[in-house]
Amino acid sequence: MKTVYLDNNATTQVAPEVLEAMLPYFGDRYGNPSSMHSFGGQVALQIREAREQVAALIGATPDEIIFTSCGTESDNAAIRSALATNPEKRHIVTSRVEHPAIRSLFAHMAGQGYRVTELPVGKSGILDLEHLVGSLSPDTAVVSLMWANNETGVIFPVEKAAELVHERGILFHSDAVQSTGKIPIDMKKNAIDMLSISGHKLHAPKGIGVLYVRRGTKFSPLLIGGHQEKGRRGGTENTPSIIGLGKACELASRRLEKGNSPVRRLRDRLESALLARIPQSRVNGDVSQRLPNTTNISFEFVEGEGILLLMNEYGICASSGSACTSGSLQPSHVLRAMGVPFTMAHGSIRFSLSVYNTEEEIDFVTEKLPPIIERLRSMSPYWTSVAHACVSA
Amino acid sequence: MWEYTDKVREHFLNPRNVGEVENADGVAEVGSIACGDALKLSFRLDENKRIKEAMFKTFGCASAIASSSALTEMIKGMTLEEAKKVTNQDIAAFLGGLPQEKMHCSVMGKEALEKAIENYQGAPAKEPGAQIVCECFGVTDREIERAIQENNLTTVEDVTNYTKAGGGCSNCHDAIRQIIERVRAEAKPAVQPKLTNIQKIKMIEETLEREIRPSLKHDGGDIELIDVIGNRVIVAVRGACAVCKASDITLKHFVEAKLRDLVSPDLVIEEVAP
Repeated sequence: MKTVYLDNNATTQVAPEVLEAMLPYFGDRYGNPSSMHSFGGQVALQIREAREQVAALIGATPDEIIFTSCGTESDNAAIRSALATNPEKRHIVTSRVEHPAIRSLFAHMAGQGYRVTELPVGKSGILDLEHLVGSLSPDTAVVSLMWANNETGVIFPVEKAAELVHERGILFHSDAVQSTGKIPIDMKKNAIDMLSISGHKLHAPKGIGVLYVRRGTKFSPLLIGGHQEKGRRGGTENTPSIIGLGKACELASRRLEKGNSPVRRLRDRLESALLARIPQSRVNGDVSQRLPNTTNISFEFVEGEGILLLMNEYGICASSGSACTSGSLQPSHVLRAMGVPFTMAHGSIRFSLSVYNTEEEIDFVTEKLPPIIERLRSMSPYWTSVAHACVSA
Repeated sequence: MWEYTDKVREHFLNPRNVGEVENADGVAEVGSIACGDALKLSFRLDENKRIKEAMFKTFGCASAIASSSALTEMIKGMTLEEAKKVTNQDIAAFLGGLPQEKMHCSVMGKEALEKAIENYQGAPAKEPGAQIVCECFGVTDREIERAIQENNLTTVEDVTNYTKAGGGCSNCHDAIRQIIERVRAEAKPAVQPKLTNIQKIKMIEETLEREIRPSLKHDGGDIELIDVIGNRVIVAVRGACAVCKASDITLKHFVEAKLRDLVSPDLVIEEVAP
């Protein structure tokens, strides 16, 4: 069975060009970039190039790029550094819809005695900047807001937010794991102090991340060790993955120049066909302020896990914000923060596309999904009574 | 991804008896859309008062649908007295087991069956005196008590897995903990015969060996049984535990709790004077 992979916000396929760029560094180019001999030195040159490629994608300078092991490490390094360099400040601000990497970290900090403010979002998942401004005080050490939401794709006005935060002398961090490579990011044009990136969300392998730290920002390292990354992150470099990430960023830059239009076109094709063919379905999140590859659709009166397992029978991969799939008993914290009713939240499915998807794949999904929803609804005790009421109303 | 058995998968992909029985003798609806699963069960009896037909409609995950399908298959042909004896464990067993976090799906089946029978027999739909403990999912103390008794549950997490109680805002965790303590205290005397001293020492040694040492050793520590005087268990801590500031917390909360649970509820742990 062919796999139709529409779960690219979870992870992505390593691009063939990226794999090709990496392979020599698993083979005969195994030198340590810190070595004095040219056998290691040639690897250092490649890492320098990769650093330039990453910097170019986000409009940074190469010395502002720190390679880490993942997005979670970047988030931890950023927030812990902000607190370590502002020891007198005890208040931190984030939003209610952050990725668990930030949510859990902030919950942990609350346990350490920090005062945490979680900013609410509106029905469409958009952040109200007035709430942000109202939450800030001289005691605030750092504000962390995601650039784009992993579940809905909704984009936060982080650049405007960073400006408001920065002018009050407070550090601003953004988890840009989902937005990097999907929408333009230019660090020259904003006031964001620190930014987290993860390789495996943009066709580089798992196990490589980046923390951008703006030049001049005080930084206290999370991993203390060798002089790697200018002493800001100890540990011998993950050379193949760094080189792979550089390549992936170069590919992403090229796609961004074209506005990521092929992915956007496929996403829109999928979304409009599903909404047209499946009654009582709707998109979660603002459709204008949104990543080009993501759509989060709720199918009312059915439960997400059943949808995923029936799609799985056709090799279709997606994910759900339902309680049953999360292992907890509550549906997605993102959808709940947006006030999505339970009838909708339990039946939410996130489709996240990539440049490798094809029109045939999208048409396959729009053909297979309507009968799946119909089948589950025919089993649901809520469907008949409510649906008839809606139709006749 | 959940590890479902082939039987669960099969009942999810090809559910039996979906729908509503016409002219049903007993009908019940449990769960709610807020909790993420709900089941409507209906049955009809034949002239010998055996369940002739049983059907379901379920909103919920794969295991909820499979549990409902299994239930309707299991109770067909049963008298109501026989059906009353079906437990959530039986439903899970019929499916070759359910993941721990999904056991509440089998409990939902059991509840629906019970309520449908009550509906037929005209018994009160709600157990007298039952109080809602978990506001988020509307779970009563009686339901929690029964789940603890029937499945030998010991932690709040267990109770959540089986009943959903405590899975939301977690405000009721203390209340659940109290119910667990009460039910287990009530249950203890009945199941635990009095131990002779030799049996007690042997069981303590076995418990230390099997349940406690591996965890302590994992952290570089160890424990040694010095003596047992009545219900006082005298131990010495070794290795990392000997220098660990938290070791008396470990002794009270972990070692003593385990021994009380598995040997005798009256045991008190004491550390030998250094």
